[in-house]
This record gives sequence, C-alpha cells and structure tokens, in this order.
Amino acid sequence: MNGPFDFALALGDDALIAAQRLAEWTTRAPEMEEDIALANIALDQLGAARLLLSYAGELEGAGRDEDALAYLRDDREFRNCLLVELPNGDFAVTMAKLLVLAAYQLPLYTALAGCADERLAAIGGKARKESAYHLDHAALWVRRVGDGTEESHRRMQAGLDQIWPYVPELFAGQPQAPVDPATLRADFDATVSTVLAEATLTVPQPGWAPAGGRDGLHTEHLSYLLAEMQVLHRAHPGARW
Amino acid sequence: MPVAAVNSAHEAVAAVVDPEIRVITIADLGILRAVEVDPETGRVVVTITPTYTGCPAMDVIRADIRRALAVAGHPDAEVRTVHSPAWSTDWITDAGRAKLAAAGIAPPVPARRDGVVPLTLAVRCPRCGSPETEQLSQFGSTACKALWRCRACSEPFDHVKAL
Repeated sequence: MNGPFDFALALGDDALIAAQRLAEWTTRAPEMEEDIALANIALDQLGAARLLLSYAGELEGAGRDEDALAYLRDDREFRNCLLVELPNGDFAVTMAKLLVLAAYQLPLYTALAGCADERLAAIGGKARKESAYHLDHAALWVRRVGDGTEESHRRMQAGLDQIWPYVPELFAGQPQAPVDPATLRADFDATVSTVLAEATLTVPQPGWAPAGGRDGLHTEHLSYLLAEMQVLHRAHPGARW
Repeated sequence: MPVAAVNSAHEAVAAVVDPEIRVITIADLGILRAVEVDPETGRVVVTITPTYTGCPAMDVIRADIRRALAVAGHPDAEVRTVHSPAWSTDWITDAGRAKLAAAGIAPPVPARRDGVVPLTLAVRCPRCGSPETEQLSQFGSTACKALWRCRACSEPFDHVKAL
C-alpha cells in the first residue's frame, strides 16, 4: 500500500471507523458535555473520512463513491489500522485511544498539507485544525484521570497499557506514500510523552505489536462494527433520508 | 451581462443565512468565497467552503443558495465546494462578530498560528461583558462552538471557538 489510492483509502478508513466507534458513546458518556464532545469529534472524523474516501474513489476510477466504499466493502477490504476498530472499553481506554489517534493524525495531516498532491494537501490543511482540538481534549482527560485518584490513575494506566501494542502499526514505513508515517514517530513520541509525564503515567514498554490492518487482516471486532454500520445501506441499497 | 445582474446574484447569495446560527449570513461567516456570473449564458457559479469538514449544514446551505438565486432571477446556478485554503474564524467579518455578540454568542478570539504557543485569551460574556468567564467544554451545540459560563452573571453561553 504505497500509491495515493491505497494511502487515501487507509486514512479514510481510519477516520471512518474511529467516527463509528466514537459515536457509540452518544447517550452513554459520563456527562452531558462529554457526550456532545465525543459526538463532535466523531463528526470531524466522519467529515475527513468523506473527503478521503471520495478522493480514493476518484483515484480508483472504478465508479465507486464514498458511500460505495463505506457501505459495500467487506472487512477484508478495509485498510484501517487496528487501533480504531478496538472496542471502546471504559472511558480511560477511549481517551487513551483518542490521545494516540490524535497525536498520530495531527502530524500526519500537517505533513499532508505540504505534500505535492493538491487534493490531499487541501484535506490535510483542513483536518489538522480539527485534530489539534481532538488532541487538546484527549490530553486534558488523560491528565485529569491519570493525575486524579488512586483508582482513576490505575485505570488510566491500564487503558494505556491495553492499547499501546497497537501504536507501532501506525508508523510502519511506507517510503513511496505521499507522507511516510515512519517520519512522524518522533513528533508523536514527543507529544505523548509530555502528556503522560504530566498525567503521572508511565510510557509502556514496547513489546507485542500486532499489525495487518493495512493489508485487510483485522481483529474480530471490525466485522461486528461493519455489520451495524452497513446494515441499513445493504438492506435498502441507495436509501436516502 | 449587465453589472446589475452580477450585483443581484452576489447580493442574493451574500444574504443567505447560516442555517445553524440564523443571525449571521454566509458572507459574514466567511464561508462564501466567490460568486461568478457567466457573461454569455447568465449561469451563476458560487464557491463556498465548510467551517468544519463534517459540517452537517452544507447541504442546506447549497439548497438555500440555489433557492435565493432562483428568486433573484438566476435559475441556472451551480454551487462548488472548496477546502483550500481552509476556513478560519479570522474570516468572520466585523459585522458578523457584532451580530454573534448581539445574539448572545461570544465571537472568536484570533486563531492560533503554527509554531506559536497558544495563549488563552479572555472570552467576554456576551450578556454582561465580564471577562470573568470559564470554559465548560471545548465542544458545543454545533461543530464550530464551545460551551462557556460567566462567573459574574452565572449565565452559560456559546462561544465560536478559534480555528
């Protein structure tokens, strides 16, 4: 996966699946303001996903639009990283996931804004501003929960430890891609280690590092997510509000 | 194409109000980028840009623009959406900021720039004018707003957050 089509598809799938997971918090967040915040972040991710998948469809030139790509592919055809498809877990797990996702998307979109592909540059220039707010929000909660009570600290560290194995997949080298994710790792590490230090949390040790999302090899969780996301469109092809 | 036709098309489009913040026009909001009238055919091409990528109001705004042009005698119209340069709250006009404040929505502070450490600037309460305010949540009733509260008069209020 190196060309612009694969790249746009992978980034679009990251954003789409992240949006679907975040939207699951709607009506279930710990407080009203947080419910609205997570729905807003999901909406931003969905906006980026629409732009990226629309562009991927045009690059492919096979007549597939954003809806065809979102609703009519099976799990093995999705190219998102494993991180975004993992279940939400408790609020600490969700915030650990959001911190990692935003600290990855922000330098990625920023680099994309300066790349040679005009469409990807426009999408990056737009999405990075929104990612900066996502990062602020996740960092705020990771600090509050991590540097909170003994119990909240324990759960924040546990949430972080749980999702940390999925970090290396984000930065696997793609030398031919419009932006090589491997070049973003130092930026990510600097951002995350600062937040974790303020949160009195420990950066987990590298170890087991599952991957495969970029090749369509997913965890069992993605199939269930897609079943819920796609059921209406598959039952009523072309359905519109 | 007479100048009057160009002006009428521009005036009609500029007066379209934002469907989520109905006190402000799309021109005030800075999302209206261009209105062009083909001198041969009279076809109008309007260029707009979204505030946020996921802004759910874009379809309504496109429909409202076409409706406003039809009423003003320009039935042949196309609405294009561009994403670059990315919209900034710095594009909201002074008139727009005044309308927001009058409607109880605190206008944005200047957007933060790349490489500059962001400063937290005081957001004044749109009700009583006090700078003694606090943010309740960075995300609010629409994608472009945050939720704040005034410590002086205790009123909660929306704030268009800098982007």
